[in-house]
Amino acid sequence: MKDDVESREDRTAGLKGLGCARRRVEDLRFTQGKGNYVDDIKLPGMLHGDFVRSPYAHARIKSIDASAALALDGVVAVLTAEDLAPLGLHWMPTLAGDKQMVLADGKVLFQGQEVAFVVARDRYVAADAVELVEVEYEDLPVITDPFESLKSDVVLREDLEPGADGAHGPRKHHNHIFTWEVGDKETTEQVLEEAEVVAEEMVYYHRTHPCPLETCGAVASMDKVNGKLTIYGTFQAPHAVRTVVSLLSGIEEHNIRVISPDIGGGFGNKVGVYPGYVCSVVASIVTGKPVKWVEDRMENLMSTAFARDYWMQGKIAATREGKITGLWCHTTADHGGFDACADPTKFPAGFMNICTGSYDIPVAYLAVDGVYTNKAPGGVSYRCSFRVTEAIYFIERMIEVLAIKLNVDAAELRRINFIRKDQFPYQSALGWEYDSGDYHTAWDKALAAVDYKGLREEQAQRVEDFKAGKTRKLMGVGLTFFTEIVGAGPVKNCDILGLGMFDSCEIRIHPTGSAIARLGTISQGQGHATTFAQILASEIGLPADSITIEEGDTDTAPYGLGTYGSRSTPVAGAATAMAGRKIRAKAQMIAAYLLEVHDDDVEFDIDRFVVKGAPERFKTMKEIAFAAYNQAIPGIEPGLEAVSYYDPPNMTYPFGAYVCVMDIDVDTGVPEIRRFYALDDCGTRINPMIIEGQVHGGLTEALAVALGQEIAYDDLGNVKTGTLMDFFLPTAWETPNYETDHTVTPSPHHPIGAKGVGESPHVGGVPCFSNAVNDAFRAFGLTHTQMPHDHWRIWKTANRLGLHG
Amino acid sequence: MPDKMHVKLTVNGEAQEFLAEPRELLIYALRERLNLTGPHVGCDTSHCGACTVIVDGKTVKSCTLFVAQANGAEITTIEGLGSPDDLSPLQRAFREHHGLQCGFCTPGMITRATKLLEENPTPTEEEVRFGMAGNLCRCTGYQNIVKSILAAAAEINAAKEAAE
Repeated sequence: MKDDVESREDRTAGLKGLGCARRRVEDLRFTQGKGNYVDDIKLPGMLHGDFVRSPYAHARIKSIDASAALALDGVVAVLTAEDLAPLGLHWMPTLAGDKQMVLADGKVLFQGQEVAFVVARDRYVAADAVELVEVEYEDLPVITDPFESLKSDVVLREDLEPGADGAHGPRKHHNHIFTWEVGDKETTEQVLEEAEVVAEEMVYYHRTHPCPLETCGAVASMDKVNGKLTIYGTFQAPHAVRTVVSLLSGIEEHNIRVISPDIGGGFGNKVGVYPGYVCSVVASIVTGKPVKWVEDRMENLMSTAFARDYWMQGKIAATREGKITGLWCHTTADHGGFDACADPTKFPAGFMNICTGSYDIPVAYLAVDGVYTNKAPGGVSYRCSFRVTEAIYFIERMIEVLAIKLNVDAAELRRINFIRKDQFPYQSALGWEYDSGDYHTAWDKALAAVDYKGLREEQAQRVEDFKAGKTRKLMGVGLTFFTEIVGAGPVKNCDILGLGMFDSCEIRIHPTGSAIARLGTISQGQGHATTFAQILASEIGLPADSITIEEGDTDTAPYGLGTYGSRSTPVAGAATAMAGRKIRAKAQMIAAYLLEVHDDDVEFDIDRFVVKGAPERFKTMKEIAFAAYNQAIPGIEPGLEAVSYYDPPNMTYPFGAYVCVMDIDVDTGVPEIRRFYALDDCGTRINPMIIEGQVHGGLTEALAVALGQEIAYDDLGNVKTGTLMDFFLPTAWETPNYETDHTVTPSPHHPIGAKGVGESPHVGGVPCFSNAVNDAFRAFGLTHTQMPHDHWRIWKTANRLGLHG
Repeated sequence: MPDKMHVKLTVNGEAQEFLAEPRELLIYALRERLNLTGPHVGCDTSHCGACTVIVDGKTVKSCTLFVAQANGAEITTIEGLGSPDDLSPLQRAFREHHGLQCGFCTPGMITRATKLLEENPTPTEEEVRFGMAGNLCRCTGYQNIVKSILAAAAEINAAKEAAE
């Protein structure tokens, strides 16, 4: 028999399990244009929905007249808050414990806010009808600055009872949302007072947007005959959407089916619940027909899911030798008109308290004040675990600012403050238990790879040349060492709307030794259908090519909290491994029966169970699968299936060391990335090809954010960056090639030691690009300049420093 | 509303004929009338290239062309570039070199790259990057897209040489 002659290496390779650069199963349909995205869905009789949106950032609504729109041929309905009020759906709860208008109820709070929902025969008629809805506004004073908002007499949220607590405790002012405090304030302030050196800076992480290439959308179809509601949508958390829809609509959960089909990128944009989803559901219930709503790009950038907008005031205390003794941070968080941040319930500022970064900082204090302004709601985690990019950007800028204050090398300053390998599991001053890490090894490898010493010598020479008039280009060396916190999370402290953040996997092995596994997550390009099959292949000894992975259909997949915050591999990946182990445990009993030995006398070996000490006696997993369906085995049920719901004991803490080498033309402000080296440690590596792809993509999104991508408003609350003309997405032309590298420090608590990687390059990339820009000007007296570093702002920095002669 | 216009197209080799409003965009005619949902709408302003199709031998952003303007044209979409049994070299190369992730930009990317390699069969990396700058990708960082296109070019050229 073939198995007898196949080597163990060949058998392992044949599985295409952990560590294999397996080509993606998804790609066959995508490369042939046969993906199935929400806007590709076409149901018989389907109507199209479109929004009337507010041109004002803050205004009272005097009247809405839809008569002309309703008179237009092809218009079926125009919904306003008045129509939704009897259903209790004119407002909806947000993920942050606040509530948000589905359709404007008396006033609008940001430009682009949803005012009325038009339902028509096709998208053209719907757009025509939007123009015919007459809305009379009375404009109100606009506030776009969170500091001003906290001083203003203007009450933005008239619906909130003055003086009453918010979802996260007392509110200090009518435009204040919450104060969140972590750490030891008193001791930190004392340390700062007594410190030999204190570096201070206001670090602003500007407002931006995840901007996936596919915008948000939904198709809702109410089947009144059977009482079943089906919703196709761009949902990063389809199961949670089903529960929310059930709670809001009163339709029993078993009568609701939510399907996330192929998703054209998410990056956090598709975590939130948006008025468009609610309105398409209501419109389908009202009209009895399927209703499609897909936002256009301008609507996407103006109204769904901004990210960041954190003003982080920092103080870092150290000894003269550079040992950090304390960290203090006060953040003013601009949440826009409604607090719709997508964070676990108990974390109104997400995991911002990872802001001690990779450093052994004995004492720290963090306070975050959330503030209402006349900007869009959102506050999603754009390619990061909840507010982790903000936290890491903050600490990685503060380290640089401290290095300048101490006049020391920033690489060395990091090194002497790193958490040491022997300190893991490490308790951080702000309450996290870091699972594992080996920062010094990663840092040394990175610095050696780029010849760090050589780079600094070259940079010093460049400064001399610049001063001597031999060049107009400065050179910046951007450094970053980041630690992420991902894989939310333990049910004991992580939930969204009361739903614990476990995840799940259900496996069914077919008689002929192939399988289907379903998970509670949903891929948006991460390649789950490829990688989860690899985890299973290694666990159950069947080839990945014989395992189908399915996600996103709540009627078939087990309940899970979805894909964001790099949680799929840490949580659902763990569930997959655990479910695989249940399959293996049953397979062991079947194998023992077939081999006529005791259960304990067989052991798993790659793709089979062998009799201990007699490897020539074995049953392959394929044979065992068949036996599960065709043999009556005493004491064992037929079939071979398993399900696992995994509640992780802790988060995982991926880390990495990045170096960016940049040339900056001081006369044009144009930065040129000469080299970018990225070392990532995501624990056990499932598919190196996919990891590398994730790193390339995350770094490019980081480049975008650091070098120009922003959602900007004027003083009247007009969005100035509402199209891809103004909102910066890098093309192939301005994107560099990246060098990737890795170390492997497995997570001690994850079943296969994996930590997650999709967001690391974004978290580490943003400070690395920004540090490179800042570093280029360090020799000329610059301590800190705010992102985004677009050409104009870089030119202004050069000009301010007197570099234009 | 002005009268509907009589539009004739040849799409992926098949003759199509229908009445359309003058304002109907080519992308919606393809996606909603002809059910060719490979090309996607990503931005509505000609920036992202997800809607790229080939019209009379040129790559065009079909979100900013009226279908009436394409009257009489020969159009090729991603659906016409290969078949499940016979993938084009670019379709194979994008998979082999991990040139895609969410897949939303991929039809436009492959369509544009098809034309690029017809116009310049031996591009340098720089020429590929410049020639693809009208197509945005949010997932891959382009590195593997460039790699895929260069690999496909090499394969096409090797096949040509072998045939000669």
